Amino acid sequence: MDIDLILRVYPHFLKAALVTVELSVLTVLLGLVCGAAAAAARLSRFAILRFIGAAYVSLMRGIPALIFLFLLYFGGPQIGIQLTAFQAGVIGLGINIGAYMTETMRGAIISVDHGQAEAARTLGLSQFQSFRKVILPQAMRLMIRPLGVNINAQIKGTALVAAISVVELTYTAQRYIGSTYKPFEMFFLAGILYLIIITVTGKMISFLDRRVRLP
Amino acid sequence: MTEKTPFVDIRHAQKAYGDLEVLKDINLTVSKGEIVAIIGPSGSGKSTLLRAINDLDPLSSGEVLLEGVQVNKTLPHRQYEKHINEMRQHIGMVFQHFNLFPHLTVRENVTMAPKLLKGLSNAEADQLAEEQLAHVGMSERIDYYPSQLSGGQKQRVAIARALAMKPKLMLFDEATSALDPELVEEVNLVMKKLAEEHMTMIIVTHEMDFAASVCDRVIFMDGGVVVEEGPPSVVFQNPTQERTKNFLRKHLAQYAESSK
Repeated sequence: MDIDLILRVYPHFLKAALVTVELSVLTVLLGLVCGAAAAAARLSRFAILRFIGAAYVSLMRGIPALIFLFLLYFGGPQIGIQLTAFQAGVIGLGINIGAYMTETMRGAIISVDHGQAEAARTLGLSQFQSFRKVILPQAMRLMIRPLGVNINAQIKGTALVAAISVVELTYTAQRYIGSTYKPFEMFFLAGILYLIIITVTGKMISFLDRRVRLP
Repeated sequence: MTEKTPFVDIRHAQKAYGDLEVLKDINLTVSKGEIVAIIGPSGSGKSTLLRAINDLDPLSSGEVLLEGVQVNKTLPHRQYEKHINEMRQHIGMVFQHFNLFPHLTVRENVTMAPKLLKGLSNAEADQLAEEQLAHVGMSERIDYYPSQLSGGQKQRVAIARALAMKPKLMLFDEATSALDPELVEEVNLVMKKLAEEHMTMIIVTHEMDFAASVCDRVIFMDGGVVVEEGPPSVVFQNPTQERTKNFLRKHLAQYAESSK
């Protein structure tokens, strides 16, 4: 292994890793927003909203994220959607991971014991009050770890945007292979950096989970 | 009982799940201050009837009135919500599995609804929690979480939580069925205390001794109908119906067995 080469190129990789972090944060935030909205739709008492929520989930889980990304970035201009590669990456992957997050959030909400809502409603709380004060605080605790799994997948999933030339970690590794002909070193370095990002994120999620855990 | 105005009035209560009729034209009135036990085998419809009183399990047809006001009104969604939330503030309910809010302390469990629905200040709410918890002997655990309490303690907090809304009527749905035998008594004592304070109570229970010692009237249900009702002395000692006799024979035998 060419350690000298790694030491020479790693500052560029660090910069690319920052782009990966940025992509991860933005896609996860967008995913959380989409997920919360679609989970609410799926749990709505209106059939049309439930249908829209379910359709979104099956659609996004049913097609490869890469195809959706291509559709948005390459196919978008045909229907009047002009996005930069970075924008397409964030929007495409964010909407995609949102579908998985929808199911995580919905699962957490419906796994709160039904007796909780009954107790709240019996006291005279409205549906909304009982959701906000009783169901949601319990569901949020339940969803931290499974959302952590979604986030872990999403961080690694940002590698897909290399295919539309966003200069992030994977793309950078590929580019340096072109000039150095050292794929092992380049992918090894990229892999280590992904591992660091994932490990730190995992620690943050565990910390959060412990912080809000009930006695 | 001195006062005999119908406080709770259940008229032609009927409920079916598909072909299965769980309540068949039940008529029942309860007076203010009266303590009524509903007994019967599982599947007799007793819990369903209790849960119909605050419309938690809506009836298929029939009416439930509290002080002459219909609880289970048919209204458009928003209006119904407003109406039922208002009615439920007057009807406390205690569940078999306590259903305390695990993310809130004992104090917060008791004060949440009064703060949200009656706009109590923190100081007022704290005072209320202290009063209500003292009443059920749980003052010392005011800042504990439910998971740190025994089953009997949880149920006493659940009673305090219901009482904090100052209900006119209390419903108990097998409040002691999930408790270890040695914890039943502390909950029964709290319920007895409420009885002495003339709280109107409707109690679904499997505990015949408790029903006999505390209740003014016992209702025996089987197969979705009221088979027999009367003062405990009559229903327990001189039941007229064969089904009541069978049930009591089995249940009292079981009871004698388990308390050996």
